[in-house]
Amino acid sequence: MKKLLTALLFAPALALASGAAIHLDKAPKVQGDQAALQSGARTFVNYCLNCHGASFVRYNRLTELGLTEQQVRENLMFTADKVGEPMRVAAKTGEQKVWFGAAPPDLSLIARARASADGSGADWLYTYLRSFYVDDKRPTGWNNTVFENVGMPHVLWQLQGKQVLNAEHKLELAEPGSLSPAEYDKVVGDLVGFMVWLAEPDAGFRQRLGFGVLAFLVVLFGFAYAMKKQFWKDIK
Amino acid sequence: MASNSGFEKYKSDGSLQGNLLEWFDARFPATSMWRGHLSEYYAPKNFNFWYFFGSLAMLVLVLQIVTGIFLVMHYKPDASLNENGIPVAFASVEYIMRDVPWGWLIRYMHSTGASAFFVVVYLHMFRGMLYGSYRQPRELIWIFGTLIFLCLMAEAFMGYLLPWGQMSFWGAQVIVNLFSAIPLIGEPLSLWIRGDFVVGDATLNRFFSFHVIAVPLVLLGLVAAHILALHEVGSNNPDGVEIKKRKGANGHPLDGIPFHPYYSVKDIVGVVVFLMVFSIIVFFAPEGGGYFLEYNNFLPADPLKTPPHIAPVWYFTPYYSLLRAMVWPLFGIDAKFWGVVAMGAGVVILAFLPWLDRSPVKSIRYRGPIFKTLLTIFVIAFFLLGFLGTKSPSYAFFDVIPSAPVAQVLSAYYFLYFLTMPWWSRIDKYKPEPDRVTM
Repeated sequence: MKKLLTALLFAPALALASGAAIHLDKAPKVQGDQAALQSGARTFVNYCLNCHGASFVRYNRLTELGLTEQQVRENLMFTADKVGEPMRVAAKTGEQKVWFGAAPPDLSLIARARASADGSGADWLYTYLRSFYVDDKRPTGWNNTVFENVGMPHVLWQLQGKQVLNAEHKLELAEPGSLSPAEYDKVVGDLVGFMVWLAEPDAGFRQRLGFGVLAFLVVLFGFAYAMKKQFWKDIK
Repeated sequence: MASNSGFEKYKSDGSLQGNLLEWFDARFPATSMWRGHLSEYYAPKNFNFWYFFGSLAMLVLVLQIVTGIFLVMHYKPDASLNENGIPVAFASVEYIMRDVPWGWLIRYMHSTGASAFFVVVYLHMFRGMLYGSYRQPRELIWIFGTLIFLCLMAEAFMGYLLPWGQMSFWGAQVIVNLFSAIPLIGEPLSLWIRGDFVVGDATLNRFFSFHVIAVPLVLLGLVAAHILALHEVGSNNPDGVEIKKRKGANGHPLDGIPFHPYYSVKDIVGVVVFLMVFSIIVFFAPEGGGYFLEYNNFLPADPLKTPPHIAPVWYFTPYYSLLRAMVWPLFGIDAKFWGVVAMGAGVVILAFLPWLDRSPVKSIRYRGPIFKTLLTIFVIAFFLLGFLGTKSPSYAFFDVIPSAPVAQVLSAYYFLYFLTMPWWSRIDKYKPEPDRVTM
């Protein structure tokens, strides 16, 4: 009985504690915004693709973001000779395992894989890429509040600057980077938007098609229901 | 006339078409099958909402087979790594999603179809419990149905390994490991099932073979038997009265109407409504909030990285809860073994329902308060067990009520509902059944 009472007493505190496990910031919605997705693609190719592959995506798919094959070839295609080849990583997986302790995961599907009860995969990535801080205890010199003891260093630190954990265990910008915090958030938002696109390039078409299919089914329902009524009018 | 014998053979009217049909019908039971199973199969005229799910289950079965045929054209059951370090099987699914024209649609229809299959089958089974469809003379239909349900579970379980994602791999690892708890033969048995010491390429290939050939064959046979048995004795209805007891001068049941065209046109309406719901999921929420396609399964299988929380897909979770509820090693045998026994018994006990139910009436419409109360609690318990099966055993309601004992109480209720049915179904109050069905 005493135990139960104690449990009830602490219930609200526990509820709060578990609710605040991981707080994820909402990623901005940039789907359909071609300029944002193109900027995200540029950041992805320049920063992410050095270590991570996106091996399920062929370079020529990037034309769906409003680019010509020529533009893709000249500005984004650094790890392949032909535009129909997949976005492979520049480094070799075996070498990376030696450098980082683990092979960096393929990013084709990461925006879908990182979804959880805490938020969408985009929210996770958006928060993660803005939560690196300086930590001398880590071999890379970086740690992350969303992904503790992560093997990945803060690749975008020149843009964001250096964050540290303050006394309240909150992130604080100690040394500004080349971008203001708002500009950095925009760069990360575009990048995450691109990775959402990358995870399912057909998603936009899928939804547009869905409206057409549903419209057809509504009409079909009208006919099917009228036919049923007609056949059943004598059944009592 | 339910059976397909005893119909007159087709007689030609002298035209070429008529002659051909007469020749054909003399050698094949074409018109007798058409008449016995469709145009002169008399079904009760008072079917309601609950009677859509049998035909919908057939529809989903066909959808799964057709989409499955196309998936097999591009899918590769191969656990080895490709040049990018990704398992070939996993990569082939993404190839279907991205590079095969309309592949994403076929794949989403198949993955959503798996969940849809269980939705309609659970509702179909619940219909049987509401209206006593399992009672004499329909016991065999019900037994075939239970076997179909078992087959469906095997089919879904093995199919889930094929995308070779993290949940595919670890789910199979957990479930196959359960067999190792069986005394004496457990270890060699699980080794025999896997074909390896861990879930690997051998497992993937045999599950593929079972998923696309063996189990669907058995499933189709059982569905045929289920329907043949149904058409032999005739359909039950929401009033639970036998329409064959009252026949008109023409020998047909007074309350019966030919399945075709009446129920064929009615089922088309049900099909369209079902397709609307199905399309909303396929086109707008194919992941089903992480319940139809688990998020972790977008990561390729990695035997070295155990996910923190391994949960089966939603349709297995009530039975997974029964499994986890057994934590006591009885008779010196591992608790895990008793978990497997509980899970199996949870399905098998359904087959005994025709003999456990001793009520004088079939339908809930004429049954008493005990049945209505206990069935309501049963449904709530089933949903709660399903919910808890998606959570880790350390989950607590509102962070205070530990879920493990709750799941144990609910599991006990699940079994007691059936085991005590011979007693409470007899002492319940009943209303008199009508002579004829009510609309």
